[in-house]
Amino acid sequence: MSELFPRKQVMGFLFSLLLTAVALAVYFFDMSYAAGMTILLVTAFVQAGLQLVVFMHAGETKDKGAIYTNVYYGVFIALVTIFGTLLCMIWGYV
Amino acid sequence: MGFFDRFAVPHPNPAIYASMVAIGLTVIAIVAGLTYFKKWGYLWREWLTTVDHKRIGIMYLISALLMLFRGGADAIMMRAQLAVPDNTLLDAQHYNEIFTTHGVVMIIFMAMPFIMALMNFVVPLQIGARDVAFPRLNALSFWLFFMGAMLFNISFVIGGSPDAGWTSYFPLAGNEFSQSVGTNYYMIAIQIAGIGTLMTGINFITTILKMRAPGMTLMKMPMFTWSSLITNVIIVFAFPVLTVALAMGTLDRLFGTNFFTTDNGGMDMLWANLFWVWGHPEVYILILPAFGIYSEVISTFARRNLYGYKSMVASMVVISVFSFLVWAHHFFTMGQGAVANSIFSITTMAIAIPTGVKIFNWLFTLWKGKIVITTPMLYALLFIPLFTIGGVTGVMLGMSAADYQYHNTMFLVAHFHMVIIPGVVFAMLAGLTYYWPKMFGFMLNERIGKITAWTIAIGTLLAFMPMFFSGLDGQARRMYTYSASTGFGVWNMISFIGALGLAAGFVLIVYNIYHSIRYASRDIGSDPWDARTLEWATHSPVPAYNFAVVPQVDSIEAFWDAKKKGHILFKGEYEKIHMPNNSGVPFIMSCIFFVWGFSFVFSMWIPVIISTIGIFACMALRSFEEDHGHYISVEKIEETETKLRGVS
Repeated sequence: MSELFPRKQVMGFLFSLLLTAVALAVYFFDMSYAAGMTILLVTAFVQAGLQLVVFMHAGETKDKGAIYTNVYYGVFIALVTIFGTLLCMIWGYV
Repeated sequence: MGFFDRFAVPHPNPAIYASMVAIGLTVIAIVAGLTYFKKWGYLWREWLTTVDHKRIGIMYLISALLMLFRGGADAIMMRAQLAVPDNTLLDAQHYNEIFTTHGVVMIIFMAMPFIMALMNFVVPLQIGARDVAFPRLNALSFWLFFMGAMLFNISFVIGGSPDAGWTSYFPLAGNEFSQSVGTNYYMIAIQIAGIGTLMTGINFITTILKMRAPGMTLMKMPMFTWSSLITNVIIVFAFPVLTVALAMGTLDRLFGTNFFTTDNGGMDMLWANLFWVWGHPEVYILILPAFGIYSEVISTFARRNLYGYKSMVASMVVISVFSFLVWAHHFFTMGQGAVANSIFSITTMAIAIPTGVKIFNWLFTLWKGKIVITTPMLYALLFIPLFTIGGVTGVMLGMSAADYQYHNTMFLVAHFHMVIIPGVVFAMLAGLTYYWPKMFGFMLNERIGKITAWTIAIGTLLAFMPMFFSGLDGQARRMYTYSASTGFGVWNMISFIGALGLAAGFVLIVYNIYHSIRYASRDIGSDPWDARTLEWATHSPVPAYNFAVVPQVDSIEAFWDAKKKGHILFKGEYEKIHMPNNSGVPFIMSCIFFVWGFSFVFSMWIPVIISTIGIFACMALRSFEEDHGHYISVEKIEETETKLRGVS
């Protein structure tokens, strides 16, 4: 029976609810813009990762390698694009 | 403004009226011809509804050639205008529209479909697959591209062409400075074509990762397939940026938002930034498949395996990462400080390293090879020195301090033409000549082909080398005329002569096709070049199912091994083959997209809503449709195989 029980998915679901609750806290509690934004960004990215791994089964087939390579590549490109843009438009702009 | 006034061309002149008449006559001629020869059914069954990757490839090819001539006509007009000082052939507005459409057509509607044509035709054959992973999506990709291209091309007779440059920088492209609907066409036509390209990217990544013949591991794939895989990965990561930027630009122009305006918190330079975040990877989207073609051609006609296979793959992977790290070098002069510019300068120069690795690998492949100079090989050999001129001037432009001198001069124009023409256009023409027998079952004439290659190479040098000099002398790009005292006249006259040479070369290509259709031998077998990769293992022209028996691969050059070392490629008996059904939905859906785009350009909201519903209806239809494809029976395969084998 225990091997039939989707422990991973149930735990994932509970954790996902928890993350949502934490994100909602930003609305209900009074905090600075920076603190609120940090909480939202962190919970959002953890949530996305959770969905990808637990509910979209990213690591469960033999395509695991290709899928994770693509995800890491995408994350890298996204970070470069965002920070590069900030560098051009704001930090490095004189 | 009355309802019909907005469709009028804002800056009419006799050439535009003549084009209107020509377009009208062409449409009438096509419709009449199809009716007279009773070809409507044939057209619908065999082409408009096809999901066969080979036919889609051929349709991409035809579109690319048509667009080459459309963009080429723009180029000739520009060079003619600049050939002598103080020329009045074109006025400033007309010149602006022409350089804008020349850029967009050549990059997005000529070079892109050309690489799509070769990818579509070649990749499934090279990996021993029967079609791409999602054949119907592939058809939709093509038709979206085609409708985007058509929408863009009607701009100059209905409502006016875009005139803010192919980069369409805001605030110039904003409503304040570009009042005609031209820039709306730009935003929406490219959006529609871009969605198609994004789909192709997903489709080909899946195809290459999942549908390779048994035994073909990633490191046993032919080099063109590798380059296509990397290209499509770049497409998937770069095109969403363009999609978002175009959507924001459209919102700014049609709905009064302030993303790229100069007030209310808008940031006009953000457009330039986003455009090049897509635009620089786009350069590599164009050049990597070209490099793939050169790898195939050079290895075939040097009669030896490609030197440094692993370093070729590694250099492409490195290029695909670096291509996302360099975009700010397109606007060094926009106001960033020394730190930002230096960072992007260094990443830019770093790209020369993997590119250099590739160049040296080709040279080492040629070294001690038994070189056979055929037309495709001639293009490849001409590519190496000419592309290097474009490459080293790129390094000059990449030095941010020096770039202040070159920026927005003809030096830049010369640089990117010397990169794109030898890099992409030569490769596509080499690929066209190389794969022509596989596509159509006869070869293009070699003598005319070689004359064409030389004409185009000399034309390229004549047309673009003078621009380096006039650019360093201070001739700005996009300037519609200049006075005699500047001394630019002689350089521009040489350029004009070179442009005529290029035009002559492209006419020769058409003549070659005509000549070869009439006179070329059909008795050429399936492997006329004595090539090394799987696409040459099946018949020419290729049967619908590509391979009667799925090939078994155990090395990089399985077909070569089969010819020389007794490797058995096709093991086993004929079995019935599962193939996808044709469908009219992609074509109809894309037609609706055309109406959607056209209505959007002119802010006609009721047709926009109706066509949006139509688009979703097509998608719903597909979701609820039961279509399991069809089987080709063993008898049918035997019949086809006997017939195809019987020719030779």
